[in-house]
Amino acid sequence: MVAICFYFQVHQPFRMRNYHVFDIGKDSNYFDEQKNKEIMEKVARKCYLPTTRLLLSMVREHKGKFRCSFSITGTALEQFERYSPEVISIFRELAETGCVEFLSETYHHSLSFLFSKKEFHEQVDMHRKKIEWLFGVTPKVFRNTELIFNNELAIELEKMGYKGVLAEGADQVLDWRSPNYLYKSVSAGIPLLLKNYKLSDDIAFRFSNPEWKEHPLTVPKYVHWLNQVNGAGEVVNLFMDYETFGEHQWEDKGIFQFLEHLPREFLKNHDNSFMTPSEVISSFPIRGELDIHHPVSWADVERDLSAWRGNPIQEAALKHLYEVEDSVKMSNDEKLISDWRKLTTSDHFYYMCTKWFNDGDVHKYFNPYDSPYDSFIAFMNVLKDMEHRININVDSTISQDKLENDNEVDKTMMVNEVS
Amino acid sequence: MRVLMFGWEFPPMASGGLGTACYGLTKGLKNQGAEVIFVMPRVSKDVTSSHVELISAYDTNVKRSMREKIDEIIEIDSPLTPYMSNEEYLERKNSLSSMHMSEEEIEHSRSDASNKIYGRDLYSEVWRYRQKSMLIALRKDYDIIHCHDWMTYGAGIEAKKISGKPLVVHIHATEFDRTGNNPNQYVYDLEREGFHAADIILAVSNLTRNTVIERYGVDPSKVITVHNAVEQKDSSMLEHKLPNKTKVVLFLGRITIQKGPDWFLYAAKKVLEHDPNVTFVVAGSGDMENFMMRKAAELGMSKNFLFAGFLKGDDIDRAYKMADLYVMPSISEPFGITPLESMRNGTPVLMSKQSGVSEVVRHCLKADFWDVNDMANKIISVLEHAPLHSMLVAEGAQEVKRFTWDTPAKKCVDAYEKALASCRK
Repeated sequence: MVAICFYFQVHQPFRMRNYHVFDIGKDSNYFDEQKNKEIMEKVARKCYLPTTRLLLSMVREHKGKFRCSFSITGTALEQFERYSPEVISIFRELAETGCVEFLSETYHHSLSFLFSKKEFHEQVDMHRKKIEWLFGVTPKVFRNTELIFNNELAIELEKMGYKGVLAEGADQVLDWRSPNYLYKSVSAGIPLLLKNYKLSDDIAFRFSNPEWKEHPLTVPKYVHWLNQVNGAGEVVNLFMDYETFGEHQWEDKGIFQFLEHLPREFLKNHDNSFMTPSEVISSFPIRGELDIHHPVSWADVERDLSAWRGNPIQEAALKHLYEVEDSVKMSNDEKLISDWRKLTTSDHFYYMCTKWFNDGDVHKYFNPYDSPYDSFIAFMNVLKDMEHRININVDSTISQDKLENDNEVDKTMMVNEVS
Repeated sequence: MRVLMFGWEFPPMASGGLGTACYGLTKGLKNQGAEVIFVMPRVSKDVTSSHVELISAYDTNVKRSMREKIDEIIEIDSPLTPYMSNEEYLERKNSLSSMHMSEEEIEHSRSDASNKIYGRDLYSEVWRYRQKSMLIALRKDYDIIHCHDWMTYGAGIEAKKISGKPLVVHIHATEFDRTGNNPNQYVYDLEREGFHAADIILAVSNLTRNTVIERYGVDPSKVITVHNAVEQKDSSMLEHKLPNKTKVVLFLGRITIQKGPDWFLYAAKKVLEHDPNVTFVVAGSGDMENFMMRKAAELGMSKNFLFAGFLKGDDIDRAYKMADLYVMPSISEPFGITPLESMRNGTPVLMSKQSGVSEVVRHCLKADFWDVNDMANKIISVLEHAPLHSMLVAEGAQEVKRFTWDTPAKKCVDAYEKALASCRK
């Protein structure tokens, strides 16, 4: 028997506008509302709405036998609420079927685990509350931003009471081992679900690539590959961006038909099943232990942190961002804190990546800036403006204190006069 | 393969992109195994005998280094230099005559020697050059003709008529680029004549290729983009430090409308509003030099502006090295080798998006020349953020190594073969 565990990542960042040095101190609207709205509306039309409706009909068709999981970032949820609330209602309907699991992550799709444990906990809490409030369920399984994982994260998550965690089944981690079993890290007992990157990327990246020797990918061919796992594994973890459906792989290339037919073909073998991550964890034993010291992720061919921490401008921006964390939070200025958190979204550092100058062009496709250098400049200018706002807050707190002290003096004087 | 090339004097004698490109390209062609007969305009020794220092430096050093790269050099006695205006031509011609005249003779300079030799204005001189080149085209043996920009197109056309060999014309800058879209009809017509007579046109960027196709009505299939390169040399030993501690932003190039010096001024004004401790160095000469000085004063920036005048040789490398940022705000730059020179010297570059070089360079900053806010924003950012500056330095120095003249030379040879093949048909 083989189980498929589908996990779809749903994320949209708050993209920033081309914020100039001359805007500092004058204009604190950092985000490109027009562009964010346009992108959200476009992706909702091409992917979120049709794919979620399709999944809902698949759940109904297979009477509970088709199951999948989602991780939806807080920044995506906020933009759904703002620009495309219909997406939320369909996700709610899907949640009500009980066949869908919602995963836990940082609200802002941030790298906070690597830079500030305090911020990490706060964002995970924020996200949990948002999911509880919108969908009425409490996430039990965790996935970190971009599937970034190492031994240390396993310890932290175990302490936080999570039942399991998702990670990339990277070669540097698995070596000769198969991703199709449940593992754990050497550091903690928490179960680890590893992405089968070959079978996942066949859908996510190669589906409509005519250069690929398996093109066109038919459902029977794909199910044949899945069935081959039988006897050499227990679960195939198909982890991918939700935008695969309709946005990265287009409707006219047949991606929706592929998704719709997949369970029909796969479930023909009655031993096969679809499971959510929680079900995988309760159904299968841990088969092996992995020592993951250096963080792995699902990004690029390197599958490490180099997409966000690969050059000096990325490091400088990240360092500066987390340096101001404490003073931002001490300001008690809700708007300021919320703006700062939007900057922690990993996409901003992805835009500064210069790796793609030499190889692939995936980054360029997702980059709203002409150049990684431009995105650094805008980011640093925004941080400068935030520092400016922090100082204003400090100044006003001081003058507030001074005012109160002055009042005290007045009162004492009055008391004296009265006596 | 023997190439009859109508080109221009090499640096350091000549300044500007055209001489530099000719130098690099012939060097690259040599590596590709091509033989080059190089024809260029140059004022003959007799007329300029008082230029003793220049001539001796030229003859001993430069000529020797030229000889190493080129199989044969032929000089046509002419005061033509690339992109000179009619006024500049007249000025140069008059200054040449004054050199071997007494004071009284200068007073009557209309009847001087050079007037007898050279054309009465730029256009008649270009015509004279064309006629002179016919003698060379007749006498020499070659497989292909290659010429560089409009003043040499006439020579190339005549050579093709005489020999029946294919003509390749190289376009480094069109009249539209040079004049900010106010072309001189005479120059435009000659460019057009060259393009239509050519078997292959080599354009230094896609930008220029489009101009050639759209504004001169040329068949796109015969226009090939060949991006320029830069000479790979090590000038790390050069002394260059300025004693003061202010940040330096450099403009280097002809001070003329095409190069956007005025936009440099307006961006500087914006930068100084933000940070008054920045020095702007303007290196070069040209028809807008006085305007620049006056305008800088008018905008209250005189003490922040340094006019370094016309630089050549090692001084150019020194200028890049002392700068924290080189800005090329050209309003229309067919290619633009200077950003590559700057990167080679470890100085980051902000270039206008309206340039050919911006099609191929990645580790630099780019802005629209007219977007003064964005230009200033980027200048300030490089000066303020050390990691940005150092990354542009390091990555730029790496990237520039890819731009060797062997690449464009290889493309030229391919183009020669294509032209020869189409002529054989």
